[in-house]
Amino acid sequence: MKDDFPTPPVRDELKKRVVETPDGQTIEIDPLRDYYCQSAPTVMPAAYSKIVEGLFNWARAESLWILGFGTGCGAIEMRPLMTPRFDAYRYGIQWRPTPRQSNLFVISGYLSVKTLKRVIRSYEQMPNPKYVVGLGSCTINGGMYFDSYNTITRLDQYLPVDVYIAGCMPRPEALLAGFEELKRIIRAGKAEGANQYAEQFDWYKANQKRVIHDWDMPDYNW
Amino acid sequence: MSFEWIKIPYALLTLFIVANYGFLLTAVMAKIAARVGRRHGIPVWQNYVDLIKNYGLRSSITHGVMFYLGPVFRLTGGVGLLMFVPTIYGTEMFSNMSFAGDLILALYFVFFGSLGMALGAGESGHPHSAIGVTRGLSQVTAAELPFALAVYAVAVQYQTLSVTEIVAAQQGGILHWTLFSNPLAVAAAMLSFLGTMMRPPFDVVLAPQEIPIGPPTEYHSSYLALMQTNRAIFPIAKIVIYMNLFFGGAASWPVFFLKVFLIYLVSVIVGVVFPRFRVEQSIRWFLIWAVPLGIAAILMV
Repeated sequence: MKDDFPTPPVRDELKKRVVETPDGQTIEIDPLRDYYCQSAPTVMPAAYSKIVEGLFNWARAESLWILGFGTGCGAIEMRPLMTPRFDAYRYGIQWRPTPRQSNLFVISGYLSVKTLKRVIRSYEQMPNPKYVVGLGSCTINGGMYFDSYNTITRLDQYLPVDVYIAGCMPRPEALLAGFEELKRIIRAGKAEGANQYAEQFDWYKANQKRVIHDWDMPDYNW
Repeated sequence: MSFEWIKIPYALLTLFIVANYGFLLTAVMAKIAARVGRRHGIPVWQNYVDLIKNYGLRSSITHGVMFYLGPVFRLTGGVGLLMFVPTIYGTEMFSNMSFAGDLILALYFVFFGSLGMALGAGESGHPHSAIGVTRGLSQVTAAELPFALAVYAVAVQYQTLSVTEIVAAQQGGILHWTLFSNPLAVAAAMLSFLGTMMRPPFDVVLAPQEIPIGPPTEYHSSYLALMQTNRAIFPIAKIVIYMNLFFGGAASWPVFFLKVFLIYLVSVIVGVVFPRFRVEQSIRWFLIWAVPLGIAAILMV
């Protein structure tokens, strides 16, 4: 894809402006600086004691809270997991509605550039040990959208991915198997995607900015 | 009046037992609700795992002082409620810090956590939190009204504000319970009970399917773990009050466990049968059905 799109102008609500407050003060508001925390992510070390970290890793594996954000058509495969047929709650998998409380992001299927922006914001708001599962072949090589003009083809250039579940669509059983695989990785202490994201931050940002042309947010927003 | 220092470890023991019972009971209730939907639901130890996970998260951010204090206030509400009410009637060990006017204090503590949460969630600055707080406070206020009326009726009936004396007056057989001596007050209080247990039909404030889970939208890691602990303790503490006021109290731990389970089950059964109310519907429901019952209870006495 050629990189010759013009950068769109900054939206009005994100421009710097002077506002008069109800009690008569005049203050200057710069939304991009005031509404976000601007510090870049840092590598967060594991717990000092190996035993404690082992306990934490076990607990993280047995309590996967999925962010309820269906990014593509694959999200339809998560509904059977909540309902009696497959009932993923048995395995400690639950759905949370807010990124602050969830630690697993399931990228369900194709990811359009517009959605990628929201995905990045949501991912960065999740607390540190966080995991990403790529669902379906679209996240691996673009799948049937491999030559689409507005979807990304390889997810791991934009976010650190722990487990891929191949298929178009993968069945709910495949998802459960994938979650079990993720649990094994977490228990072994190898699911350090958040720290990897912090270490390779510049590389990930450069990749993200290459496809997102209306980048009207700070570099890191949590 | 002298203070017995041994009361403090005794009270902590009560807290320990109640917290663990609360974690297990919440999970069992979730399982029961799941079985109604033909699921198996979470394992019974899931709450402990979630708790360890939340304490084990590496990053946590804050939005200010009240954001810290919100969950602390919430937990204070639950623990305080438990501390000032006799848990097991007739034992020195588990009567906690109960004293002559503890009924009024307990009423304060029931509301204390919600107010602290409102301040904390307000400071997080998330619009969903603000909406959740508005909904929650208006619904809880409407739900507390019949309970306050029922408590007033019971206090007039037994001519005392001490929970211990109210329990003492109900001893000597099931027919001495307030349930049978003042059924209207119990009916009003149980309707209010449904409203404050955060289960359907009155869980629009916290339900994940509505505006993302309301007040705790921004809460995570240790903050959320504190609130989870409170979610285990607070319902039990509230049920202890109901048990003492209306269902004859408990003279031993097995009786306590059984009665708490049964009272909790009332809200679960209602929850799985009826769909969710909107906030203005539930307020109207409380004002139309529960408040007149409470007033009638006072008039009867």
